[in-house]
Amino acid sequence: MRPLSKLVRISRDLAVIKIQNLVKAFGAKRAVDDVSFTVERGEVLGFLGPNGAGKSTTMRMITGFMPPTSGRVAIGGFDVADSPIEAKRLIGYLPENAAAYPDMTVRAFLEFAAELRGLTGGARKKALGRVVEQCFLEAVLSQSIDTLSKGYRHRTCLAQSLIHDPQVLIMDEPTDGLDPNQKHEVRNLIRDLGSSKAIVFSTHILEEVDAACTRAIIIDRGRIVANGTPAELRGMSERAGAVVLQAQGASAEKLSPLGRVEQVNGAFRIYPADKSKAGALAQAVIDLVSRERWKVEGMFNEAGELDEVFRRITLPDTVRKQ
Amino acid sequence: MKAVWTIAKRELVGYFTSPVAYVFLVIFLLLTGFFTFTAGNFFERGEASLAAFFGWHPWLYLVLVPAVGMRVWAEERRSGTIELLLTMPVATWQAIVAKFLASWIFLAVALVLTFPAVITVNLLGEPDNGILFAGYVGSLFLAGAYLAITCMTSAMTRNQVVAFIVSVVICLFFILAGFNPVTDLMARWASPALVDTVAAFSVVTHFDGFQRGVIDTRDLVFFLSLIGFALFATGVIIRGHRAG
Repeated sequence: MRPLSKLVRISRDLAVIKIQNLVKAFGAKRAVDDVSFTVERGEVLGFLGPNGAGKSTTMRMITGFMPPTSGRVAIGGFDVADSPIEAKRLIGYLPENAAAYPDMTVRAFLEFAAELRGLTGGARKKALGRVVEQCFLEAVLSQSIDTLSKGYRHRTCLAQSLIHDPQVLIMDEPTDGLDPNQKHEVRNLIRDLGSSKAIVFSTHILEEVDAACTRAIIIDRGRIVANGTPAELRGMSERAGAVVLQAQGASAEKLSPLGRVEQVNGAFRIYPADKSKAGALAQAVIDLVSRERWKVEGMFNEAGELDEVFRRITLPDTVRKQ
Repeated sequence: MKAVWTIAKRELVGYFTSPVAYVFLVIFLLLTGFFTFTAGNFFERGEASLAAFFGWHPWLYLVLVPAVGMRVWAEERRSGTIELLLTMPVATWQAIVAKFLASWIFLAVALVLTFPAVITVNLLGEPDNGILFAGYVGSLFLAGAYLAITCMTSAMTRNQVVAFIVSVVICLFFILAGFNPVTDLMARWASPALVDTVAAFSVVTHFDGFQRGVIDTRDLVFFLSLIGFALFATGVIIRGHRAG
């Protein structure tokens, strides 16, 4: 009867990862300070933040490597502190720097991981074939890990985390140290896997948020400072909703009644007085242009820039004041 | 139990795929040969026993066992693979026991490879092979005790050299507590009861019985509890630095 009750428990609770008031203190310093969020199946959560913000520490607590100072982590309904083995079974984990045993061959390493995950015989062989294909490891299967390039080593460790087809995937900087092509492949893989799993991955590369995430959390000095879809985060940008106009004859003076005007490289950026009425601003600019008979060379609506949002909310106070 | 075997198997294969293991085996066999036949005056003794062989083991292991065990946890911590291992669905104690067993099996293999000594003594005379067997059992437990201590110190640091040195120092204490020159020195000022108590903590004292062919439960309990305690401490240390 036990497996059935397990099934019911998992399907009833859509939130596969549930984190409540997580705190990790190292001495007086709080590396992670009251972090709560949930991740549902089908979600890819980007975990953003400057170095030392507490991303790795949070992930180590989610995967059960580090016990939290206080707070709870539940994976698929299993509390990581109370039933660590059951919770860990549901997780695939790619640790920081893609740690792997250097003296093993790729094949031996993956077989080892499969065996620890309880896969043997035919099931192990099938799982091995699947991850080798997913991570493009065919060429290096019998090579020992210390002879691999960084990209291959990363993918080997990634393959290890996928070997049991886990419901939950936790990845600490999965694209760190990869070349642009490899980054692209890994992002695509994450996005594909995301449709059937709950994925959390940390990064400090903002373009990855757009490329792979359905939602992003920005963490700074241990606290969550933003949580939303990439579009929502971008909307937090000052520039979001601004209209950029490049036109012959245009002048800041004439534009200024519409909102604050800024000159950039011969164009004008007009900020809406009210962000929620950004659409009306574009119309107002067009009306003005046709009234004044300016010759438009270009015009677009700014969606906002993630890196501006990121910088604004994660800069240390001391820097912000300057 | 399956997880224990999986991890132990990986460790063992790891030993035998690295050249260091073979270097260790050669050095171990050369040294046992040298100490038994040259330094131990095996031929001059005129007795059909391996006393000259086993008598050196506490000292030989003092350097060789920490050399085998120093990487067990230090290397996992240095390379970060400890994070991989302990986020697998295995309990920490399973990983600790597995790693200890793998290294212990490796040491057992090294010990088994000293079989020419047994053949030699059997060719030259008629030894009591029961005593030889007991000696081997004792030697294995002695190595296990040193190894468990080395596992413990290895868990304390990510530097193998530090693990090695600290292990040698701790193991040395466990020898000296029952080493005759030391106990004689102590007997000059301490009460006999105190001297005996200190000596009871020595691996030498408990290894003596095995060398005489006696497998005493008390000696077995001593070695097993030393191993158990050191491995338990390993668990506490690992939990400690995981907690940060």
